[in-house]
Amino acid sequence: MKQAIDWAAFPDARGHFGPYGGRFVAETLMGALDELQAVYEKYINDPEFVAELDADLRNFVGRPSPLYLAERLTRELGGAQIYLKREDLNHTGAHKVNNTIGQALLAKRLGKTRIIAETGAGQHGVATATVAARLGLECVVYMGAEDIQRQSPNVYRMRLLGADVVAVKSGSRTLKDALNEAMRDWVSNVDDTFYIIGTVAGPHPYPAMVRDFQSVIGREARAQHLEMTGRLPDALVACVGGGSNAIGLFHPFLADESVAMIGVEAGGEGVATGRHSAPLCAGRPGVLHGNRTYLMEDDNGQIIETHSISAGLDYPGVGPEHSWLKDLGRATYVSVTDAEALRAFHRLTRTEGIIPALETSHAVAHVLDLAPSMRSDQSLIINLSGRGDKDLNTIARLEGIEL
Amino acid sequence: MSRIAKRFAETRAHGRAALIPYVTAGDPAPGVTVALMHDLVAAGADLLELGVPFSDPMADGPVIQLACERALAHGTSLRDVIGMVRTFRERDRDTPVVLMGYLNPVERMGSEAFAEAAGAAGVDGVLLVDLPPEESADLSGLLERVGIEPIFLVAPTTSSVRLHHVAAAARGFIYYVSLKGVTGSRSLDTNELGARLGPIRALTELPLGVGFGIRDAETAARVARVADAVVVGSAIVRLVEEFPEAPEQFRAAASALVREMRTAMDAARMAEAPATV
Repeated sequence: MKQAIDWAAFPDARGHFGPYGGRFVAETLMGALDELQAVYEKYINDPEFVAELDADLRNFVGRPSPLYLAERLTRELGGAQIYLKREDLNHTGAHKVNNTIGQALLAKRLGKTRIIAETGAGQHGVATATVAARLGLECVVYMGAEDIQRQSPNVYRMRLLGADVVAVKSGSRTLKDALNEAMRDWVSNVDDTFYIIGTVAGPHPYPAMVRDFQSVIGREARAQHLEMTGRLPDALVACVGGGSNAIGLFHPFLADESVAMIGVEAGGEGVATGRHSAPLCAGRPGVLHGNRTYLMEDDNGQIIETHSISAGLDYPGVGPEHSWLKDLGRATYVSVTDAEALRAFHRLTRTEGIIPALETSHAVAHVLDLAPSMRSDQSLIINLSGRGDKDLNTIARLEGIEL
Repeated sequence: MSRIAKRFAETRAHGRAALIPYVTAGDPAPGVTVALMHDLVAAGADLLELGVPFSDPMADGPVIQLACERALAHGTSLRDVIGMVRTFRERDRDTPVVLMGYLNPVERMGSEAFAEAAGAAGVDGVLLVDLPPEESADLSGLLERVGIEPIFLVAPTTSSVRLHHVAAAARGFIYYVSLKGVTGSRSLDTNELGARLGPIRALTELPLGVGFGIRDAETAARVARVADAVVVGSAIVRLVEEFPEAPEQFRAAASALVREMRTAMDAARMAEAPATV
């Protein structure tokens, strides 16, 4: 019999999830991370802070988000009851804002006047620019030059919100390079700047802190599913880039052993082609962006270019807690190709009247296979992490239409 | 006595600050690096820092990022860099060589395999920018077993509590990051520098090297008045961009800059000598 794991006890004091996580950054940032950890630990259980956070999530974000039974899709697939956790209905259109609201409140308490962020699809950038506008803070968002091309509506939204969007032209010009550049900014402006990381990666305490802010998703979904059905779901499905929407849904269910958890990575053109963004499925452990985790690297330890139709999943690493859950076997990680994600995008749009983000479409795609293999008295929850408006240009272009 | 300790004993005995040029291995091409290392020693370098190229150099500014990209375009691997040190050692048994880079290539090679190969090749120190002392115990043990000294950074933001950790873990010398920023940044305030080094000296006997933002001979000279060593990286690497098709001219320009810095640093120390002795 395996010893039960006390999930709340992780990460340890130095940010480790088993062999993963930690704090691998240049010395200049160690002080700022210590400061962040101290303020985070001080406020996360502080009643006044929690009340302010809850009020913002309710009144500004629009929480709780509904848990919606996708009846037509369920009927068509003929298996498990499919519930959608509607994070796409949050203000700014994705789960990202749950975290930026929380980190912005911490920034305020630290007296920082300037906010920086990295972004891939632009959802985290928009969510950061939004909270910065609301608090009257200067905001700089780093975004890969290639991503700026494919996510132009979000770039315009960030600029409308007053953010300075900086095109990152180094490396592969995508999310990982945006993260490098944000780190360089932070090293140079550490006194007055708060770095809002958008996913459950990076140096400790970011993976734990972002998880805690995103866990509102799973807490709500668990209570909602219990209330609607009188039981727990049999499976949870979420897409995984860095993995913040997935960990947000999974974490409150970790001790519920009957609940299966499946993270869906971006298979790009197919894992066998090498052109993908699926480190958990096809990578190996290494150190990047401040933490030890599964990575996509070559034989010399250089990070390799990733490929995905979805800018938000186009990242060679993944949050360290996912690496740990994979090794423990508590969660399973699979991949879905660009083509499969696109089919799922259209299927959900036509069947349920919900246009999902391309990232989210990966989770939907896996459910198209999974649900029919389950019984109709079983149920699963998809984290519908974001809405697809930002992807309309990409989709239209694939169909030969210029908007 | 380690090669690094011996070299600092010599520079101290001569009343001079050590000059440590940094170059990225494999930039502009792998065939240039060993010859460049010998050039730099001939021009007045006391130790050498050899950058191990990495795809995601988070702590580096644009100059060294581009150097990494050029070196990686030639496929320069960590094993190749160790090979360059082995070749360098055939003609130079005395000049300490410190590898500077990021952790992931070392982990991919395997910490033990890396330590053994680097030790056998004649590497004297290893500085991994993203490996703070807290995470370093395993690798440091392996390095010290083969006579390689783990070098660590101290920054203006390092608290006094952390300073104790770093001082306890560090060997060889301590690398003081002279400004909050990435490599190659502007505006090093040399006036403040002396005051910053005081608390570190109180905790360690190790020599203090200062780097980041030392762009010219004049700055090098001012730093040499208060530090045991001056590290110069981007100012040298930048010269590659001036001679993109002419590695010979780059080598000559790099040597000239090092010579100029050497002269200015020694003159600054000489001028100080009556006051400090």
